Amino acid sequence: MLLFLSPAIITVLVFYVVPAILTVTMALTNMDYRFQWNFIGLGNFRRMLNDFLLPGILRVTFLYVIGTLGIFNVTFGLILALVTTSVGERAGRFFRSLWLLPRFTPPVVYGIIWLWILDPTKHGLLNSVRVAMGLRPVDWILNYPLGVIIVTNGIIGASFGMLIFTAAIRSIPRELHWAARVDGAGLFQDIRYITLPQIRWPILFVTAYQTLSLLTSYEYILIITKGGPYFASTVWALYTYNLCFGGYYAPYQFGYGSAMALVLVIIGLIAAITYWRVFRFRAMMAEPLIEVV
Amino acid sequence: MRRSAYPLKADTLKKIRRRERAIKVLLYSFLFITALPIIIGYSWLFLNSFSERLVYGLIPEQLTLKNWSFLWKPPSPYYPSLWRTFANTLILGLGMVIAVVGISTPAAYVLSRMKFPGRIEILAGTLILHSFPGITLLISLYYVLRTLGLLNTVVGVFLVKAGLMMPFAIWVMKGFFDGIPWDVERAALVDGATRFQTWYKVMLPQVKPGIGAISIFAFLSGWSEYIYVITFIHDKRSWTLSSYVNSIIGDYRFLDYGLLASTALFYMLPVLVFFLFAQRYLLQVSIGGMKGGG
Repeated sequence: MLLFLSPAIITVLVFYVVPAILTVTMALTNMDYRFQWNFIGLGNFRRMLNDFLLPGILRVTFLYVIGTLGIFNVTFGLILALVTTSVGERAGRFFRSLWLLPRFTPPVVYGIIWLWILDPTKHGLLNSVRVAMGLRPVDWILNYPLGVIIVTNGIIGASFGMLIFTAAIRSIPRELHWAARVDGAGLFQDIRYITLPQIRWPILFVTAYQTLSLLTSYEYILIITKGGPYFASTVWALYTYNLCFGGYYAPYQFGYGSAMALVLVIIGLIAAITYWRVFRFRAMMAEPLIEVV
Repeated sequence: MRRSAYPLKADTLKKIRRRERAIKVLLYSFLFITALPIIIGYSWLFLNSFSERLVYGLIPEQLTLKNWSFLWKPPSPYYPSLWRTFANTLILGLGMVIAVVGISTPAAYVLSRMKFPGRIEILAGTLILHSFPGITLLISLYYVLRTLGLLNTVVGVFLVKAGLMMPFAIWVMKGFFDGIPWDVERAALVDGATRFQTWYKVMLPQVKPGIGAISIFAFLSGWSEYIYVITFIHDKRSWTLSSYVNSIIGDYRFLDYGLLASTALFYMLPVLVFFLFAQRYLLQVSIGGMKGGG
């Protein structure tokens, strides 16, 4: 039995427990590219309070998470689920698969598609439309950095809500819809008074789960805008990354970076434990076995 | 006066039908229009890689294979051999499969079938870690790999990734083991098989769908990996296709979209194949496995 279990326990120890402890310890040092353990107490956290970039980064992070979540991951995901379950079965399945494609595409490839769509010269998709209409090309990333990261992440994020909501909508007993229709409800009343109340739990789940995903994921931002112009699309997680591995004037700030990461680690841990308690993750995890596409 | 069998008059019924059809048309156009960025984006990738030039952004003018010359000749001497890079990416994907399946399957079996002190704690731990974003540990993982001497190696990346995927894989596999009735296992034991034989000869064949699903998932997750690869691997000999395409973006972004599109498409091919032919498999586990991507 130990033979069966120990490899798993060792991997979890090495790749979760040890790094978590290291993050806490490194946050108390001013470690840089020399990897020396100089403990400076709470110096990094004092620096955080004085970091003049942080208010801006917090603002971007907040708008990015709220915007992506509100527009795409929950609202648009819900609309997609509602629409694809209302049209024919085959068409619905086709469109759901289409929306899943970006999620399975390697991030760099997805990034290339967007770099072309948003290209500042007349060769990009959006600008070639503008040029055809006699307008001048626009540098989209420079002018709308926040919009760009919300849309590019949202298009991927919407499919998560779409799948969960589709499964939830499917599990509503049909009799409820029939009863509503017989009582004279139209399509929208049916959605408002039957569907939505029945799936409020999944909606809450998607909101909570995706807030954490959005707070901690930054690879598409890194590829598409690199956090720029300046810091206009740099979210907390990307700032942390760039402090250590990015092209700032002084990278390899592992100590300060760890302190920044620690904030996310703590948020992540609290959120993970909360999910487990609130959503009875046991039950949620049974869901992947439902085929929805 | 003759009365219709329906309480509704015929023309009211017709009106309702017409309205329903209008709504259908509306729904379909909504689906089509919102999906346009995806449809156009992926078509562009394909069209651009095979054509000399695109007019109005999307209409190919002259078909060519020259964008694919990177297959036999690196775009500049700076680049490593494509096939070496390809092999590295394959190793990353397959390494993930071996590590994830090899470690999670036995652990999941024990957690599903045996009673021992600490079982509940381990299960709760995996569950909590399952939703914990491993990416936040990137900096300390860098330190761990550096200490182990695994920086700049593909092995380092797949070990880290497999480790972070473990709670999820254990959980999915446990679900599959839970689904097998006790009687099957007991019959084998009664017939004189050892516990290990039972696991290997009776249980494993039953959870093949689970192993298949996890394998595909692990492979794609390794094959597509971006952040860990560009952070942990700088040595060109260990590059994967992510680093390769990333460099192509850096060097040729405004100069050669043909090259960008064809390298991207090349990178995406296996993913497309799985996406088209193994989607059902993929979706069985994907909901639980999705983390990033907003």
